[in-house]
Amino acid sequence: MGVGEIVRGVRWYVRGVMGEDAYEKYLAHVESEHGGGDGGHGAARPVMTEREFWRDRTDRQDANPSGRCC
Amino acid sequence: MPHTSASAREKNLPPVAVDPAILAAEDRRWPPLKIALWVAIALLGGFSWVMLAVVRGETVNAIWFVFAAVCTYFIGYRFYSKYIEKHLVKPDDSRATPAEYKADGKDFAATDRRVLYGHHFAAIAGAGPLVGPVLAAQMGYLPGTIWIIVGVVLAGAVQDYLVMFFSMRRGGRSLGQMARDELGRVGGTAAIIATLTIMVIIVAILALVVVNALAESPWGVFSVAMTIPIALFMGCYLRFFRPGKVTEVSIIGFVLLLAAIVGGGAVAETDWGVALFTIEKVPLAIGIIVYGFIAAILPVWLLLAPRDYLSTFMKIGTIAMLAVAIIIVRPEIFAPAVSEFATTGTGPVVSGTIFPFLFVTIACGALSGFHALIASGTTPKLVEKERQTRFIGYGGMLMESFVAIMALVAALSIDRGIYFAMNASAAATGGTIEGAVAFVNGLGLSGVNLTPEMLQQTANDVGEESIVSRTGGAPTLAVGLAHIMQQLIGGSGMMAFWYHFAIMFEALFILTAVDAGTRVARFMLQDSIGNFIPKFKNTSWRIGAWIATAIMVAAWGAILVMGVTDPLGGINTLFPLFGIANQLLAAIALAVCMAIIAKRGYFRFLWIVALPLGFAAVVTISASFLKIFSPVPAIGYFAQNAAFRQALADGETSFGTAPTVEAMEAVVRNTMVQGVLSILFVTLAIIVIVTAIMATIRAARRGSSESSEDAAVPSKVFAPASLIASPAEKEIQKQWDALPARPKRGGH
Repeated sequence: MGVGEIVRGVRWYVRGVMGEDAYEKYLAHVESEHGGGDGGHGAARPVMTEREFWRDRTDRQDANPSGRCC
Repeated sequence: MPHTSASAREKNLPPVAVDPAILAAEDRRWPPLKIALWVAIALLGGFSWVMLAVVRGETVNAIWFVFAAVCTYFIGYRFYSKYIEKHLVKPDDSRATPAEYKADGKDFAATDRRVLYGHHFAAIAGAGPLVGPVLAAQMGYLPGTIWIIVGVVLAGAVQDYLVMFFSMRRGGRSLGQMARDELGRVGGTAAIIATLTIMVIIVAILALVVVNALAESPWGVFSVAMTIPIALFMGCYLRFFRPGKVTEVSIIGFVLLLAAIVGGGAVAETDWGVALFTIEKVPLAIGIIVYGFIAAILPVWLLLAPRDYLSTFMKIGTIAMLAVAIIIVRPEIFAPAVSEFATTGTGPVVSGTIFPFLFVTIACGALSGFHALIASGTTPKLVEKERQTRFIGYGGMLMESFVAIMALVAALSIDRGIYFAMNASAAATGGTIEGAVAFVNGLGLSGVNLTPEMLQQTANDVGEESIVSRTGGAPTLAVGLAHIMQQLIGGSGMMAFWYHFAIMFEALFILTAVDAGTRVARFMLQDSIGNFIPKFKNTSWRIGAWIATAIMVAAWGAILVMGVTDPLGGINTLFPLFGIANQLLAAIALAVCMAIIAKRGYFRFLWIVALPLGFAAVVTISASFLKIFSPVPAIGYFAQNAAFRQALADGETSFGTAPTVEAMEAVVRNTMVQGVLSILFVTLAIIVIVTAIMATIRAARRGSSESSEDAAVPSKVFAPASLIASPAEKEIQKQWDALPARPKRGGH
């Protein structure tokens, strides 16, 4: 395993734990639903831009809070 | 038709699960190297336990705590959790998880198991495992160590694992909903009321820990107060400037946080800084109450979300740092294995004997009911494959237990005399160095010889005016952490920095828990009031939200003020209530699990959950009964109440540690509230446990029957189950990786 690979791995992990990859996951999800061709889910909702996505994310946390442990 | 082509393609897909027969064969295969490895782990673990429990020299090295814990965790994870998986959980990787069949790219999103492990750990670990072990250290190092390590393997991790799995099979349903489904109306309602009141008490006592840590400390107040503008800045940065750049903003926030800690030291040197930021307990408590209300009604993006990022960043970083420091520094521990207070029950930190009070003082780290709220809900919606719940649920809790062990080691590494001077209530020490020295030396502990110089020197080292009666556990842990860290980085000149770093780190968790807890409680309250006044069900109705928030803040705020002004000391009377509440929640969660298992028909292995449930029930119910019925005033709330009322009736103007009539009246009021809360908790918990036993018996009569699980959906993805993929898993993973046009998993 090279240094570059380790750095990439650490970066991937930190981004994942911090939740930074949420928008990429959302895009991948949208793509798999529409672009994948294995459809079934008809009506296409407009894909959120990055800014819209993050706003939507905190707005949903507002409406649906999750606890933090003691 | 797209459907046919889809299913045709699926036919050509590699397997989504390892064949159960191959899985069983892999488990049975014991090549010599594997045997040697596990024998080595067992020997090292066993040897470490012998060093801790049997070879009691003058001192014991902290490294044995680490080895005893880690080896026991490995064995528990490899053998006991597998046993539970095989007989009780029976996960099926050919079934899709909610993250797959309900995928929406937002709340339901399959997450890599290693990432989710970090995520889940950050959500469950907070100030709890850092505080409880510190307070329990007064009983000696051994009882706490055994309970933390054995408790997590047999109880805490089992609860987290089972709750997470059952919630996942139900689309990520919450504990409250599962209780209603499994236990019926009465049990379900009792569980929800219990959860709500327990949340209030937990938030109140966490806030009390912060108040105790920050009172009279201008440095601490300044640096913790600075977290608010830092979080606001981060929130705006993410909202308007660079959305989604979470790591970047967290690093900026972290640097600012370090600047706030260093700056706090400079501010505390100035006259205006001391004048402005030296705040007594009561105004500080009121400040936190006002803060709690505002924070809970502000939009999440502005304060909660950014501070959550900061707290995750700090949590994982600091815990890793402390682990490295303990392993490198290997501090010697001078405390006895079992102290006299374990049996006499007269310890100044928390009263009561080892049974049951050790088991309620250390809740988080060994068995924490609060986790059931996290393990149901958020995490199950992100799990990629069913078999991963063992790694994330059971394994995640093992990590929290390790945090508790490190906190215990840190608390034990400081001088015992200083430990008691810091943790005895101001009522006992008078809050002065002379008073503390006289009190601690008067305890008659062998090997303890506290001098005023030691206390003053330690206070100077950590940059505080005084360290006498800094109860609540956080300051003691901070001194311990500073003591260990300065040997690694910076020397004694850095102690003040490390002390305030630790205080900041704990305050950050607690403020996040206070804010998030208030929000969750507000939604639960609105839901309950909504049954009578339907308008309250609409959670986006501003006025309703404010009213419900105000009610919740008033509830925990009242208990906080009560604790802060308590003439008996606050932490030592209230902390048992915190532990009891947390363990009762665990009993409720385990009771729900037991009912589910009975309905699945696995009676032969019911003991796996009945064992921790029985233990939690016995501990908490007997602790509650002692708190309610004990005739010893230091232990029984009503005995204390009666003693003070009698004294008032006799016309006395001071009694015990209460110097005035007002203080005596305060004790009467406080003990009554605490006693009533104890009665409420234990009653609700008994209702839940009894309804669960009834549900279990009903299921036994009928045979396995109805299931409240979601319908099974076939899975179309593959991922390994545990941290390291097995050979069979690697084989399948290779086939998946070879597929064209599939988004590859990130990283290695």
